[in-house]
Amino acid sequence: MSSPYLRRRITNALAMVLSTLATLVGLAFLAWILWETLRQGISALDLKLFTKITAYGEDGGLANAMVGSLIINFIGIAIATPIGVLAGTWLAEYADRTKLGESIRFLNDILLSAPSIVMGLFVYTIIVLPTTVLTHGSTTFSGFAGGVALALIALPVIVRTTDEMLRLVPSTLREAALSLGVPQWKLTLQILIRAARSGIITGVLLALARISGETAPLLFTAFGNNYMAINPIEKMSSLPQIIYQYANDPGDSMHALAWAGAFVVTMFVLLLSLGSRLILSRTKVSHD
Amino acid sequence: MPANQAALPTDILEQRSHRDARHERLFRWLLKGCALIVLAALLGAAGATLWGGREAFSTFGWHFLVSSAWDPGNDVYGALVPVYGTIATSFIALLIAVPVSFGIAVYLSEVAPTWLRTPVASAIELLAGIPSIIYGMWGLFVFAPFFANHIKPWLTNNLGNKPDDGKLSWVAEHVPFVGKLFGSDYPFGASILVAGIVLAIMIIPFISSVMREVFQTVPTRLKESAYALGSSTWEVSWDIVLPYTRSAVIGGIFLGLGRALGETMAVTFVLGNAMQLSASLLDPGTSIASTIANQFSEASGLQKSSLMALAFLLFVVTFIVLLIARLMLRQLARKEGR
Repeated sequence: MSSPYLRRRITNALAMVLSTLATLVGLAFLAWILWETLRQGISALDLKLFTKITAYGEDGGLANAMVGSLIINFIGIAIATPIGVLAGTWLAEYADRTKLGESIRFLNDILLSAPSIVMGLFVYTIIVLPTTVLTHGSTTFSGFAGGVALALIALPVIVRTTDEMLRLVPSTLREAALSLGVPQWKLTLQILIRAARSGIITGVLLALARISGETAPLLFTAFGNNYMAINPIEKMSSLPQIIYQYANDPGDSMHALAWAGAFVVTMFVLLLSLGSRLILSRTKVSHD
Repeated sequence: MPANQAALPTDILEQRSHRDARHERLFRWLLKGCALIVLAALLGAAGATLWGGREAFSTFGWHFLVSSAWDPGNDVYGALVPVYGTIATSFIALLIAVPVSFGIAVYLSEVAPTWLRTPVASAIELLAGIPSIIYGMWGLFVFAPFFANHIKPWLTNNLGNKPDDGKLSWVAEHVPFVGKLFGSDYPFGASILVAGIVLAIMIIPFISSVMREVFQTVPTRLKESAYALGSSTWEVSWDIVLPYTRSAVIGGIFLGLGRALGETMAVTFVLGNAMQLSASLLDPGTSIASTIANQFSEASGLQKSSLMALAFLLFVVTFIVLLIARLMLRQLARKEGR
């Protein structure tokens, strides 16, 4: 065997081994993180998590944080879904290949990975500060402000999936409807959005998965509350915020509660992303 | 149908078409308004942080960027320490994540048996779905202690300039800078290096999935020609696939960098939150995002304004990085004719 050939073969073998190793390292860290979350989370699971509030400290549970998370996420999704779907529809149906449309599509992709803590500060400036001034300090941080911050993070996800899903709808459908004299707004609302429905729902679920683990934007908007809060104009705690607070606490029993919260959030997020993937793969099959 | 048309007086027809046109206009404005909210969110975030930071900018001027002071007692603030922490952790993250992601992408597109590719790719993408606070907790309770017990002693004793037994290793004595980088007498794991590693694990799925996707756009014809000429798998990956997808690969890397720069939770837990400028990667530090997360709720006056100014800097820098990322990614899409 000539030596350049041997060298090439060795280089190749080395590269193959290294790339396999890289994949194994990635998978190992995934397994390590999931395993610790499962192990520590399950050992901390307890009925009091769901029945007691955080005001009791280490003897308490996470009930108010769970309710708060549900409410804040609901507000976020309820705001982001209509706006995101309509904006995505505009990009796909009305502004495709126009200058403004292309720029907004481009900027939406940037918003998708913009730092979430800055979004929190933005909502702090436009909602928390004005309400503090207007109510002379009686209403400051609120669950609603937290919901708006999360909506800003969910928005680009929904815009993007709606845009992509609508562009997958075959143009024959549009042509058929338009040739029957259906106005374009009716075509969009009653035919196209319906045709892309499962894809759009997937986008909303993905957005929900994305925001349910967000912590940074909630710190200065919903703030936190050790008591049960249902009214969105009150300060509200959420699971990620309680995890953050408890993990920084020196007490071991607080850490156990934080792990339990981490377990609940991780399971919720993973189930959501698996579920949305399932919907998406099913629709792909039905389209083919 | 002429019979039908005759039954409809022309003014009704006209009314109907007017109504349709009105609805159409309203609908268009509604959709456009929603789309403009995306624009407003970006401009608003930049504007709000700039407005919030105006006091800091006007008080310290350009000095804010280069000053390492952060002293609430004397009300003097500078961005250097958190900016350094953000850049150092992101740089370490890229240094680790780029080669690993490239390896994963090559494995998944060229090496692995076909039946294995989709499940492994989905598993790696699962990593991207885990909330960042979980990375932070894992880093704080699992990885940082592991690092402090098993990796850090080796690093400080063999590379650093402050070893436990006082005897400098060969590397620390003869190679410049390395001793400073790994010298530390801080007893815990939380440090710039650990934060960089946790960030790397976080951005690996982003970078590798972009790389894998763009690798799949390389025409089979090109790869097969190279194989037919006797190229090895590695040569095809390095000399054919990578040059063809270069701009998109750089785009993917910048996308990961954008994530790393703005990440708050994963970093805050493992950075140690120390307002100090240390040459050592094993010493604790702080980043822009974690400084804001730690101090904002208790800050007021000039300190709050300085934090807002930091947020503005972070936003502008990530915006530019993400802008480059998207432009680079678009180049390949253009080439593809998409």
